Amino acid sequence: MAIFSVYVVNKAGGLIYQYDNYVPRAEVEKTFSFPLDLVLKIYDEKLVVSFGQRDGIRVGHAVLSINGVDVNGKYTAEGKDILEYLKDPANYPVSIKFGRPRLSSNEKLMLASMFHSLFAIGSQLSPEVGSSGIEMLETDVFKLHCFQTLTGIKFIVLADPRQSGIDALLRKIYEIYSDFALKNPFYSLEMPIRFVFFFFFFTITIHTVMSFACFPICCLPQRCCV
Amino acid sequence: MACVSAAEPERQQKIRSWMGHFRLVKCSPGSFDACSGSCRVSLRTDAVRKMTVHNLYIFDRNGSCLHYSEWNRKKQAGISKEEEFKLMYGMLFSIRSFISKMSPLDMKDGFLAFQTSRYKLHYYETPTGIKLVMNTDLGVPNCRDTLQQIYSTLYVEYIVKNPLCVLGESLQSDLFSSKLDSFIRALPFFSVRAA
Repeated sequence: MAIFSVYVVNKAGGLIYQYDNYVPRAEVEKTFSFPLDLVLKIYDEKLVVSFGQRDGIRVGHAVLSINGVDVNGKYTAEGKDILEYLKDPANYPVSIKFGRPRLSSNEKLMLASMFHSLFAIGSQLSPEVGSSGIEMLETDVFKLHCFQTLTGIKFIVLADPRQSGIDALLRKIYEIYSDFALKNPFYSLEMPIRFVFFFFFFTITIHTVMSFACFPICCLPQRCCV
Repeated sequence: MACVSAAEPERQQKIRSWMGHFRLVKCSPGSFDACSGSCRVSLRTDAVRKMTVHNLYIFDRNGSCLHYSEWNRKKQAGISKEEEFKLMYGMLFSIRSFISKMSPLDMKDGFLAFQTSRYKLHYYETPTGIKLVMNTDLGVPNCRDTLQQIYSTLYVEYIVKNPLCVLGESLQSDLFSSKLDSFIRALPFFSVRAA
């Protein structure tokens, strides 16, 4: 039972706050000999497996480290091109770690804007009158909940499919946003949120939800006087 | 059947005094059975919301819409049908790419459904790239297996096995359309909404 991540998106679709709670991602490290039987290709500045799924290494997994040293996109830590490195038989046997690639902050910005547009299209394609945008998106490993306020701010939570109490959590996050971001005289609207109090109460709320597996409003710490 | 809806106060008073002779027994959500000895009067307090199917799209792997039918659609998209199909396909393609990037774990089935405040969109994709999309009411539970049944018992039987149907073009089979229509109407969660 976990909250995977939270995104706060402004009216224009720009990301203003992001929180990640990384679950242990499946990472597989194996030693390979020449020739490498996996087919790797460059995708989005990363080296991903495109063919040769086996032993926990799946299509879409990226190269995370070579011989224990983390890679930098499609280059090793020393700056050598990984594909060239792997073509040379002198470098074998080599130990490569594969896993789901982590999102960079640029990618998170793009995904937030993408969801902003998908939300609007979901409302336009509605067969019923007066529909809102996408409020809940379901896959087999996570559920995405979205709450749009009357002012156009969207709070997006990615959680485990069995996690309950997300609606109350979304409204509580909205409350924390209005208390610690909007009421702060130094905050400019639609800008990224970088306030300690916001982060503090936000993190407490998320961890309370995760430890209780539902949302007990009475158990939240009351706001201290600022 | 007596309807205790928002009546005038006078009439409500009369109904209440009459109901005092009966013992109210709740039998199902939204309706009560008032029993007094052998007499049974069913009271419906509120119209029970019926579940329904709005429309169904079938796309092939290249994005062209093979089939579209609607049953209870209340609002059109405001754009022509071709544009709507392209927008729907584009939205689904973007959603799939979005979730493959966002997902914290490796996915097996991928995108299943999304819902808004008024409707729920169910999605099923076959390994050959045929995408079935069904818009229903919010009360409908997961109907992935319904879409799988539509694919296996209707699409495969009447289109793929039909030597005259060219795969990849818009489906021209009347038999398929009529079988699909009767299949959808026979679903337990389908009901034509009262106007």
